[in-house]
Amino acid sequence: MKTSDLFEETYTSLSANKACSGLTVLGIVIGISSVIAMVSIGHGASSQIASSIEGLGSNLLTVYPGAIQPGRGVVSSGRGSGESLKNTDVDALRQINGVVHISPELQRRFQVTSLVGTNTNSTVIGALPEYIQVRNVSIANGSFFSDSQERSLGRVVVLGPTVASDLFGDNEPVGSTVRIHKVNFKVIGVLEAKGGAGFFNPDDTLIVPLSTMQKILAGNDFLSTIAISVQSKELMSQVQDDATFTLAERHRVDPQSPDFSIVSQADILGTLTKVTDTFTLFLAAVAGISLVVGGIGIMNMMLTTVTERTREIGLRKAIGAKRNDINLQFLSEAIMLTCIGGTIGVVLGCGVSFAVSYFGILQAKVSLLSVLLAFGVSAAIGIIFGYYPARRAAMLNPIEAIRYE
Amino acid sequence: MIEITDVTKTYFTGEVGFQALRGVSFQIKDGEFVAIMGPSGSGKSTLMHILGALDTPTSGSYMLDKKDVSTLDDDQLADIRKESIGFVFQAFNLLPRTTVLRNVMLPLVYAGIGDGERVKRAEVALLAAGLDEAHFHHLSNQLSGGQIQRVAIARALVNNPSLILADEPTGNLDSKTGEIVLGTFEKLNKEQGRTIIIVTHELDIAAHADRIISLKDGVIVEDTKAHKKRTSSH
Ligand SMILES: Nc1ncnc2c1ncn2[C@@H]1O[C@H](COP(=O)(O)OP(=O)(O)OP(=O)(O)O)[C@@H](O)[C@H]1O
Ligand SMILES: [Mg+2]
Repeated sequence: MKTSDLFEETYTSLSANKACSGLTVLGIVIGISSVIAMVSIGHGASSQIASSIEGLGSNLLTVYPGAIQPGRGVVSSGRGSGESLKNTDVDALRQINGVVHISPELQRRFQVTSLVGTNTNSTVIGALPEYIQVRNVSIANGSFFSDSQERSLGRVVVLGPTVASDLFGDNEPVGSTVRIHKVNFKVIGVLEAKGGAGFFNPDDTLIVPLSTMQKILAGNDFLSTIAISVQSKELMSQVQDDATFTLAERHRVDPQSPDFSIVSQADILGTLTKVTDTFTLFLAAVAGISLVVGGIGIMNMMLTTVTERTREIGLRKAIGAKRNDINLQFLSEAIMLTCIGGTIGVVLGCGVSFAVSYFGILQAKVSLLSVLLAFGVSAAIGIIFGYYPARRAAMLNPIEAIRYE
Repeated sequence: MIEITDVTKTYFTGEVGFQALRGVSFQIKDGEFVAIMGPSGSGKSTLMHILGALDTPTSGSYMLDKKDVSTLDDDQLADIRKESIGFVFQAFNLLPRTTVLRNVMLPLVYAGIGDGERVKRAEVALLAAGLDEAHFHHLSNQLSGGQIQRVAIARALVNNPSLILADEPTGNLDSKTGEIVLGTFEKLNKEQGRTIIIVTHELDIAAHADRIISLKDGVIVEDTKAHKKRTSSH
């Protein structure tokens, strides 16, 4: 039998059994495309979260009062529980080699009202002008407060974009007055929108001078965080160690069990990566299940076709087909089906992932591994379950095969 | 030249075996036209399958052109079927959802005959079997019983086999078409010296044959030269 005849035979058989071929292809398409789409969405979510964490400021160390309690994780523990951080700590930290900018902050939630009566409950952050560099924010409108305004207990405020629109709607906030905790503040600027970072939305904040926050609003001179911007990634752990020793010495505590904690961006990123990895794994598992279901569909289809076609196999043998002719025909049918289904599946999966990116839901990225894996699994299933039963049928003598039920 | 000796065939359905052939022996010379008759269930089809190298006897030997068919392996049997045997099944067995022409060409596909040659020979065979040209491109499930029968015959003729086996080839045909088909067999036999073995229930069809072998319960009960002995053309 010639190769061109083999293809022709394969083609005629497949088109003679359109329903069967169609369903088999469908099974493969669903299996492959869901694996590709889900894994790419998972990846997209991970890298999106990672980049928004990095957007909060690069090479950032954050000092919190209170110790990290084992088992409660890095992100939320100890925060605000102690009152160990003071303004004088900041000056000591500023001396450490590798520290570029430092932003001591005190944050509280307050009721904020505008003069026209709108109000919101938001996080008010007391900070220095260096906040801008450390926290990687930019001003959309107006200006940030200056050092002298900070030193002179200026009653000025910079609004996050969410707060600005909550209070002023479409009106221009710069130049207006807001009341925070019954004190009037003049709005001098509005921040550029940054988007949420999961648990903390930097857009829903108001920033006032640190001194004003401590002396007028909060009534104490503790700090809730000190954010340190480090010169380079390589210096991060060095600076973290130095800062730990400096603060421990100043607070007269053992550096092994300090009354503060220093969290690097890498730690947060690590924790979140673990979360998103679990998420990706979950999606992959769901996709894997649909691959298996698709696979069982292919298997079922192939087994029924071969059983139905055992008569045909007998007949082909009766008129002179050798075992190999039969084997090759069924093998090439299985390969043809998996290739068609596989190609459509890959295109569809990539299409879904592209659409998700295009409509701005997520920056999904197709991974080659998932393509290969999905294609491999369904090809293997198709070929094994298309080929082996046919091979068995080809071993029967023609009469047995023709009479097979 | 066909020579079978003491051929038996036992079908096993579960534990119990059923002996469909119980020691059948005969010789058929090249160019003979033989009819096999016998009541239903007497083992005619079973015998034909063995003669067609489609099935193997449980015991006994089968020599075809001095080759011991019972010692051949699966692929060698396929070669024999492809090169020297044309078989018309009792149930015809066409490929479903496939055109008439393609059905008839299939033996040539497996024999590795080229495309153009294939179509020509298939058309010749179909015309010889008495099928109208209008039906060549119909699917096999769009044909009447008689048409299916003629396609099956054409498929058996298409590879110019020296041995043609037909299991009740005229069962579904009216007497006139039956005559045409039978005429085809006779022509192949007389003009080209092909060996022909047909199974039939009808005596007047059997009358065309040189020889009638009668089976009953898996044994030969009668083996007679036909009354109107014809002279061999070679
Ligand atoms: N695959 C099989 N398994 C079991 N028994 C079988 C099988 N094939 C045939 N038989 C039995 O062998 C006997 C002979 O069958 P066969 O088909 O050779 O009869 P036949 O002479 O061709 O009959 P008919 O004229 O009806 O076609 C029958 O009794 C049948 O039941
Ligand atoms: Mg029969």
